Amino acid sequence: MKQYETVIGLEVHVELATKTKIFCGCSTAFGAAPNTHVCPVCTGMPGSLPVLNRQVVEFALKAGLALNCEINQFCKFDRKNYFYPDNPQNYQISQLYLPICHDGFVEIETGSGTKKVRIHEIHMEEDAGKLVHDDWTDSSLVDYNRSGVPLIEIVSEPDMRSADEVIAYLTCLQSTMQYLGVSDCRLQEGSMRADVNLSVREVGSSAFGTRTEMKNLNSFKAIARAIDGERERQIELIEEGKSVIQETRRWDDNKESSHAMRSKEDAKDYRYFPDPDLPPITISDEWIAKIKSEQPELKREKAARYQSEYGLSAYDADLLTGDKALAERFEASIAAGAAPKKAANWLTGETLRLLKEKNMEPGEIRFAPEHLAALILLFEKGVINNQTAKEVFAVMFDGDVDPETYVSEHGLKMESDSGLLTETVKKIIDANPKAAGELREGKDKVIGFLVGQVMREMKGKADPALVGDLIRKQIFG
Amino acid sequence: MQILELSALELADEIKKGTIGVTEAAKASLDQIRKEDSKVCAYMTVDEDAVMKRAREVEEGIKSGRYTGPLAGVPIAVKDNICTKGMRTTCSSKILENFVPFYNAEAVDLIEKAGMIMLGKTNMDEFAMGSTTETSAFMATKNPWNTEHVPGGSSGGSCAAVAAGEAFLALGSDTGGSIRQPSSYCGVTGIKPTYGTVSRYGLIAYASSLDQIGPIGKTAADCAALLSVLASYDKKDSTSMKRDDADFMAAFKENPASLRIGIPKEYLSEGLDEDVRKGVEQAAEYLKEQGATVETFDLGFMEYTIPAYYVIASAEASSNLERFDGVKYGYRTAEYDGLHDMYKKSRSEGFGPEVKRRIMLGSFVLSSGYYDAYYLKALKVRAKIKQAFDEAFSRYDVILGPAAPTAAPKLGTSLSDPMKMYLSDIYTVAVNLAGLPGLTVPCTVNEKGLPIGVQLIGDCFAEKKLFLAASGIEKARGAWTLPFTGKETL
Repeated sequence: MKQYETVIGLEVHVELATKTKIFCGCSTAFGAAPNTHVCPVCTGMPGSLPVLNRQVVEFALKAGLALNCEINQFCKFDRKNYFYPDNPQNYQISQLYLPICHDGFVEIETGSGTKKVRIHEIHMEEDAGKLVHDDWTDSSLVDYNRSGVPLIEIVSEPDMRSADEVIAYLTCLQSTMQYLGVSDCRLQEGSMRADVNLSVREVGSSAFGTRTEMKNLNSFKAIARAIDGERERQIELIEEGKSVIQETRRWDDNKESSHAMRSKEDAKDYRYFPDPDLPPITISDEWIAKIKSEQPELKREKAARYQSEYGLSAYDADLLTGDKALAERFEASIAAGAAPKKAANWLTGETLRLLKEKNMEPGEIRFAPEHLAALILLFEKGVINNQTAKEVFAVMFDGDVDPETYVSEHGLKMESDSGLLTETVKKIIDANPKAAGELREGKDKVIGFLVGQVMREMKGKADPALVGDLIRKQIFG
Repeated sequence: MQILELSALELADEIKKGTIGVTEAAKASLDQIRKEDSKVCAYMTVDEDAVMKRAREVEEGIKSGRYTGPLAGVPIAVKDNICTKGMRTTCSSKILENFVPFYNAEAVDLIEKAGMIMLGKTNMDEFAMGSTTETSAFMATKNPWNTEHVPGGSSGGSCAAVAAGEAFLALGSDTGGSIRQPSSYCGVTGIKPTYGTVSRYGLIAYASSLDQIGPIGKTAADCAALLSVLASYDKKDSTSMKRDDADFMAAFKENPASLRIGIPKEYLSEGLDEDVRKGVEQAAEYLKEQGATVETFDLGFMEYTIPAYYVIASAEASSNLERFDGVKYGYRTAEYDGLHDMYKKSRSEGFGPEVKRRIMLGSFVLSSGYYDAYYLKALKVRAKIKQAFDEAFSRYDVILGPAAPTAAPKLGTSLSDPMKMYLSDIYTVAVNLAGLPGLTVPCTVNEKGLPIGVQLIGDCFAEKKLFLAASGIEKARGAWTLPFTGKETL
């Protein structure tokens, strides 16, 4: 059988985190009652006119500069004309002829090293409303709250070759947008949406095959499955001597298959033309310089710094910087006095484990950085042992208690080197002569059993290392 | 005193002096509407109770010092494509027959703040597409000078209302001559200001890059006073401009002798009726009498203005009118099978033939494969036209010419040949393409007793020079008698 290569390009829509919509003063807040965040402009009332929200341009510039793009310092909005009820004017204000950013790139980590994915362009546009079908009356209702929410569309070149590369690219965009503060990029909530353009060709061929575009991809898993499914479908067609048709397909993640929505022949003619209601935008050198000077440290730089400055492993640095909220928590904990490596351990270990268990995002972490720092200190000073620390952390995770107060109120301090501990050790050795004998004979493994027995007797309030020392001292003198 | 025969500024003066009450003036206008409008058909909607209520309010407001402007208390008509809160705004189209906006156009807010009394909404060509007010879905407005003739269009209702004494002032809109041409046909004064001078917020768009709201009145001074009210920066309109020269009344203190007037030779060549040519020549004489220098020159690009205008205006209109789809407001067909059938039927039944023609034309010139050949080329022509005017304004203060090739034609003679109708816009559309101000002032009356106005064109922001030239023509011409003056009925 022939060897095939998958060629993938992405169109990613990112909802910008502005407070108000792109062309009016309505709120962009998610989840409000239908048609409560609307005005004549975002419902397409006759005579209403769009006025550009400057913050949208600022956010698009931030994104473009972070993705190494060139800026069109003279850019325009165009109208994309098509009839659909979620689109109140029956045209979408977008950018075709002079998009704000073009010719950028990002670097992603792949199995075979770092790879460059080129960005073709980034343009600004408005989101549409939402249609809700009412089965009871067999009619559709429209909610214009989302109409006019600002989007940027990031269009890549066809530079990706596998689902893994696509996920790496999307993860990179997601983290970049989050670090910039321009979007929260949640796929489930639709604040990040990806359309996948995919074709296959024989390995070694330089010509592109016929591509399809896949829509309705709501998670990284769905994207990966859709890519694998579409690759197989296209290869099968080619192997059967049939040809791939250029078309838009809709992915059904439940059925794990796609179906054709429309082919190139019945592709719409959007009759794009410059929007006469919006004058061209001129972006000054000063504005660009100002944004550049304010750009935050992004994931890659941050991860490198964590390794060099705090001596973290590449793995931990990557985990910590994988989410802006987590990285912020890490830096705040250090600022609050926590030892960097210990803070990293708590955040990449227990924190991520509990987040996953409770199905939460790092942004939802409740415990204060000061409290994490305090907990680490309690452990370092030997006030509590590892097990207790984990228990206290779990409580902190749920309700952000002050660990010092909690430990003293619940009497969780370790009994260190007290008479009680020595007595308990003696008691356990006496009660387990067999184990004590084996230890004396050199079977070192058995110490774990004895330590465990002491810890149980002490109700966990002892330092296991100290207990081990005391047992050895008693047995070997 | 014959209230209706006063100019708007004279009326406002009498109101200030207390010799005429605001309610008295409003009532006089309403009486005239009741008496004449069944013949003229200038108004789409008049709410008499609201007018009188507002008049009492303004009367109080003038007494209390709330309204102090030069037009406080003056009744005004508003074209029906300008949104009025709580009053239906139809664009004279079936598709918006019952559309009641819940917001005012900025221009309406401004006339209210100036203490003016809105009498009602005036008839127009459907969506301002037409030159006769006959494309209105509801009725044809008649010319008050002779009701067998059209008033022109598209602001035919507004111009006819002023000419018939049914309003002291009116708001019109001008996309390709829609204030200037009917002003000529109706013997009134009207000005299309520099693009960006009056906010378009709440003006239902025909062609966004060409549309401007402007005043229509009995005299140049009345128009200047109203334009001073309307010219104000509006942050709701991204094409609105900040102007610190909006005291247009200052123009009337100057001497027209300083003006250099140019008449494009092309404006006097073939296609122009003899009576209109005489009108332009008469105006040139009037201006010379006032000491201005007048000469002819070559402007250029005349043959390209009509095609460029109809490509650009139709392209923008095809997109602007997409929102009328039966989903959110306006007309929806009674029976339909699914979404696309609803769209097709609602729009087919809701729009008239001229609107459909322009939507199709505009959709065509924007479609892929034709965009470069039509739309893009038209934009290039537009830039050349602007250059030709720039060149002309390096030598002249004001360009003088006709507003239309003929006096008002008879009803029912224009719509059968749309191409001929489009060609009659030859003297007005270039002004919109170049964003310039253009003013029509009545000059003479032809043998049939129909008025003939002339058009004065200025450089961007040169409205004051237009008012100055118009005042020169008015002075030399003498008093102008509107058809209702001194008569019991029209």
